[in-house]
Amino acid sequence: MLGLLEKLGKPFHKGGKLEKLYPAYEALDTFLYTPGDVTEGKSHVRDGLDLKRMMITVVWALVPCILMAMYNTGLQANLGIQASAALDGAAGWRGSVLAFLGLGYDPKSLLDCFVHGALYFLPVYFVCMAVGGTWEAIFALVRGHEINEGFLVTGMLFPLTLPPTIPLWQVAVGISFGVVLAKEVFGGTGKNFLNVALASRAFLYFAYPADLSGDIWVAGAGADGVSGATILGVAAANGMEAVAKDFTLLDTFLGFIPGSMGETSVVACLLGAGFLVLTGIGSWRIMAGVVVGAFGLAGLLHWGVGSTTNPMFGMSPVWHLCCGGLAFGLVFMATDPVSAAMTEGGKWIYGILIGVMTILIRVINPAFPEGIMLAILFGNVFAPLIDYYVVKANVKRRMVRCAKG
Amino acid sequence: MLEQYLAIFIKSVFIENLALSFFLGMCTFLAVSKKVETAMSLGIAVVVVQTITVPVNNLIYQNLLKPGALAWAGAPGVDLSFIGLISYIGVIAAIVQILEMALDRYFPALYNALGIFLPLITVNCAILGGSLLMIERDYQFGESVVYGFGSGVGWALAITALAGIREKLKYSDVPAGLRGLGITFITVGLMSLAFMAFGGISL
Repeated sequence: MLGLLEKLGKPFHKGGKLEKLYPAYEALDTFLYTPGDVTEGKSHVRDGLDLKRMMITVVWALVPCILMAMYNTGLQANLGIQASAALDGAAGWRGSVLAFLGLGYDPKSLLDCFVHGALYFLPVYFVCMAVGGTWEAIFALVRGHEINEGFLVTGMLFPLTLPPTIPLWQVAVGISFGVVLAKEVFGGTGKNFLNVALASRAFLYFAYPADLSGDIWVAGAGADGVSGATILGVAAANGMEAVAKDFTLLDTFLGFIPGSMGETSVVACLLGAGFLVLTGIGSWRIMAGVVVGAFGLAGLLHWGVGSTTNPMFGMSPVWHLCCGGLAFGLVFMATDPVSAAMTEGGKWIYGILIGVMTILIRVINPAFPEGIMLAILFGNVFAPLIDYYVVKANVKRRMVRCAKG
Repeated sequence: MLEQYLAIFIKSVFIENLALSFFLGMCTFLAVSKKVETAMSLGIAVVVVQTITVPVNNLIYQNLLKPGALAWAGAPGVDLSFIGLISYIGVIAAIVQILEMALDRYFPALYNALGIFLPLITVNCAILGGSLLMIERDYQFGESVVYGFGSGVGWALAITALAGIREKLKYSDVPAGLRGLGITFITVGLMSLAFMAFGGISL
């Protein structure tokens, strides 16, 4: 296999016939094997952490969320089918596939739920990878840079932030916007200033609000699909008593609630967070900053201020941390090393800013039930400025110290 | 009363950010945002000018131009609002000139810091836009002071953030055709996507 690849690779190298397509060959080659090339010139390596290992680590950290996304999407769909008198199975091609596999719609069966959910997640994922990957490859070929693993992460994060009912063409439009306008025009991975997955999602959110908000986030079954409200939607409309009637805190924590595919389970996000922090890929300062900011402001609004007209003031900080996309966003999106603040002090400020903004949008802004997406984008916009002032403050402090000593 | 002023302030800084929601003052916004340092100076100049011109224009509108405002001069039927636009821009130009002379005389350090930006923003549409929006919303004098200050702060915040991003983007590898203004436009567009966070808040 390796020999074959090398033989095939000849025309791609410098001077070969297909020289222009070299990035495509290189991507396949390094994806499958560790290439035999060695570093030329002087090198001074402290740790072999490169972009590839970094991105693959994030992909591993995402595994619990992905498994949970598939299981919970199927669970919610099956619960909906069970509760509805008119439905006895999934309509369309999903129904055919499930019938072919001989699987039922029992919410208690792990396999039934998992396969049913996978039938929702996988098409979105494949469309995302195919379309986004194509853009990535086009830019790499034309501009002669490498196709790198950054997109593997983006292409995995983006589907997880989407509701299961999202039309596939919207997935394609969204990821095209993100990859081309939020990343590739700036020169590719590592050179953008907004989180690519979130830019894609925000674009979809404002372009097709009807498909990304409201009460439609349970995977439906064809035309007369079932629908369920998200916790934040219920809380904003009817207050916490209504939430307490339908949801328990434990379910919310574990993730057995309707919502965007990957965001529901705090446990899965915590597993990912632990992995990221242990391997040193994700910054614990940012994560802690978000939690501090969100918990602080939510606590202040809940216990300190209070409101008779706005039911969102009644949501306690613990609920705030467990529901919606806060956990997912803070673990996987806010810590994106490219778009976050780089300085250690700046990471705290950046995290706290995101936490505070999330709660502000959730509670104060009636237009959006969920705030983490826009809060992180907002943080991205100010991250370079935060870094700038942190660095300046450092310089100043050292100057003083230098003058003294 | 205080609550109302606070609402106007927050609204003018974030929700109705002159640069990122109304896209006013774009020429200077794009041209002078290459470095955080200079962007910050320009931002401060805008805050100063805005805080002075908006209330002054408010006084002129309330006491001279508004329909029926000339009642104190014995002419209640006169409506001079049609010369509003030219009056405001004249007022802005005059105030900036006076301010420049005053700063030069009494605060040379500040004068040097603001430098060329002070005369430059005479023709900045964010400044005129601030006055026109103030008229449109029929703010009272106190409100116009807060609005002038807040809209200036919002604009300054936006240009400093843009400058921060553009300093970071120096390390980017932008396609040749997009370098310079092209990528800056895209950047501003993406920034205003993030500022949509505030859209819909009603204060």
